[in-house]
Amino acid sequence: MADAKIPRQAIPKQSPKDRVRNFNEVALGYTPELAQLEAQRCIQCKNPFCIEGCPVEIDIPAFIKLIKEGDFDGALAKIRETNLLPGVCGRVCPQEEQCEKVCIMARRFEPVAIGRLERFVADWEIKQNKMDLPEIASPTGHKVAVVGSGPGGLTVAADLAKLGHKVTLFEALHKPGGVLVYGIPEFRLPKAIVARECHILEEIGVDIRTDFVVGRTASVDELFEMEYEAVYLGLGAGLPWFMNIPGENLVGVYSANEYLTRINLMKAYKFPEYDTPIRVGDRVIVVGGGNVAMDSVRSSLRLGAKEAHIIYRRSRKEMPARNEEIENAEEEGVVFNFLVNPVRYIGNEQGRVKQVELLKMELGEPDASGRRRPVPIEGSEYKMDVDTVVVAIGNGANPLVPSSTPGLETNKWGYIVADTETGKTTKKGVWAGGDIVTGAATVILAMGAGRKAARSMHEYLTTGKW
Amino acid sequence: MFKIVERERVNPVVNKFVIEAPIIAKKREPGQFVVFRLHEKGERIPITIADADPKAGTITVYVQELGKTTFQMGTMQAGDEIADVVGPLGNPTSIEKLSGEMFVIAGGVGAAEVLPIARKHKKIGNKVVAILGFRSKDIVILEDEFRSFCDEVYITTDDGSYGREGFVTTELADHLERGRNIAEILAVGPAIMMKVVSDLTSHYKIKTMVSLNSIMIDATGMCGVCRVEVGGETRYACVHGPEFDGHKVNFDLLLKRLASFKEEEKISLERYQAAVGGEHG
Repeated sequence: MADAKIPRQAIPKQSPKDRVRNFNEVALGYTPELAQLEAQRCIQCKNPFCIEGCPVEIDIPAFIKLIKEGDFDGALAKIRETNLLPGVCGRVCPQEEQCEKVCIMARRFEPVAIGRLERFVADWEIKQNKMDLPEIASPTGHKVAVVGSGPGGLTVAADLAKLGHKVTLFEALHKPGGVLVYGIPEFRLPKAIVARECHILEEIGVDIRTDFVVGRTASVDELFEMEYEAVYLGLGAGLPWFMNIPGENLVGVYSANEYLTRINLMKAYKFPEYDTPIRVGDRVIVVGGGNVAMDSVRSSLRLGAKEAHIIYRRSRKEMPARNEEIENAEEEGVVFNFLVNPVRYIGNEQGRVKQVELLKMELGEPDASGRRRPVPIEGSEYKMDVDTVVVAIGNGANPLVPSSTPGLETNKWGYIVADTETGKTTKKGVWAGGDIVTGAATVILAMGAGRKAARSMHEYLTTGKW
Repeated sequence: MFKIVERERVNPVVNKFVIEAPIIAKKREPGQFVVFRLHEKGERIPITIADADPKAGTITVYVQELGKTTFQMGTMQAGDEIADVVGPLGNPTSIEKLSGEMFVIAGGVGAAEVLPIARKHKKIGNKVVAILGFRSKDIVILEDEFRSFCDEVYITTDDGSYGREGFVTTELADHLERGRNIAEILAVGPAIMMKVVSDLTSHYKIKTMVSLNSIMIDATGMCGVCRVEVGGETRYACVHGPEFDGHKVNFDLLLKRLASFKEEEKISLERYQAAVGGEHG
């Protein structure tokens, strides 16, 4: 039986003082003892809500039971039945919004730390220097193209490969992983974990082709000519949004996509050992309140900024970032400026940003998102000196594939129209999911969309019915 | 990995590379570019495709030695491999039958970039006039190639060591002054050269396209570093360009953005040159 007296086990972390000086992972992970202690807290519900709370339906009570019994390999195998990215998901899923939110323990105590346990077994396998591969069905002879190797594409590729289909994963960048590689920083998701989970896909027969931009190198129709029978579009983030205020194109104003890509994919934090530069200066402001904003502001401190600020137009309560990430940022000394919004940036003679003009806001009536709408306070403008600005307010849709694919319908914002249950687009043989359908969301939602699409694609491949 | 099959130093500052990239060779159209990353620690840099041989599966690029990456590339030989070559990127040049003459204007290594565009204009029956500007005689490239098919070719050098002394605009101004029937102008080269060409032609209201050489990283519409202002609106050179109406481009902004990492570029180059003992041939 579960022991209600055991508190939810904290995850050991690097101290804030140490970690702001390095890019190493902040959370160090459970020891086997801590994991087994935490696992004892699961009461093994007969009708567990947590499985329903998981977009990829991991059999959570079953894997936790195996941890409790000390069978860590068995626990990992159980997770891999439905999820080939446990090292990633254990780290970056918003469990507090999903499996842990509905955990029965949360009603009287705190929820079981499902994410930390998932991560523990993934890391355990690495420490044992092993790689247990899932079982693969015999080859079906069907060829599938998955476009984009972010979390959604990886999920589709894994699911279809396990079912015996021959999958090629096309990636525009030089490394697979999409946002897991270019977007999420090393200190939150080590790139070795992503590389390993991508490598598992290759081990089960997925062909990963980097440096291949579908929409440019080949169109979707050309993929069909290359005898792919089904195509999944997991294109991810498109053009970064800016606020359309004066001075946004000054030097030193980055989109979060650019800022994070320089740091994470191109390793600009190791310049000049690595060729890609980044310039940060003493004071950085990051505009936005999501996870990407937290990643950007925390990276700034690690790059040597003396002050790193969040500029957010609502209050802390409305911030979309994970609470855990906000707390980490606070511990590290990030300055939060709530209820302010930039109105313009001011540059020097070289065209480099030197000041931001901010306008104070107050909260009004709730808007369409249910959050209280920020309303400007007239005459409240003030200026702040800055060296670097990072705009982290989201992305639009990438136009390359839609504009080169006749028959593929998009909505008025340029996102691809796809069925929410199956991922089917308006073009026969083409599925889509993740940010290119929903706009910016989370890793696990993209994975959930990939899971559903993979089911539908399998059905199409085996029955021929669209 | 992408193998270099041929490498030739065409002048003291420019190298020509023929690289195995069969898919790109088949797909590319004039005006498009590729992004290179030389090695695991390398940066991603965009370079326009000068030529391609779909049968041999190769593309040709001309690379001017300017910074660390291009100097390092200059040391690579036939048989060496480049970690990443991705493309073809950017929109192909729109090339149509014109009611008047097509003027292609190139500065320095820009000559390699306009060559395939000029060729296609000629192929579809346009009259093509080329004005190629270089700093001095020793860095003139591709003159014979242009002469082999263009209706007229003019060379200018800044120091007067070859062709006409002056800039491309010195030559162009005469043709504009004479009131020739110019339907369209395409200028490719350093940003400052494209700016002065655009300034000049704006008085004559002749359509002038320019190919913008912004800093890029992914070059597929994700990072936004290549943003430029065209007609007061922010556009992304990688997905909306690289060619834009020169009369609407905010060149001052482009020049400033191109200089974003000037100091870092200097550090990188000096560090590289110290490591290789100052040799970069």
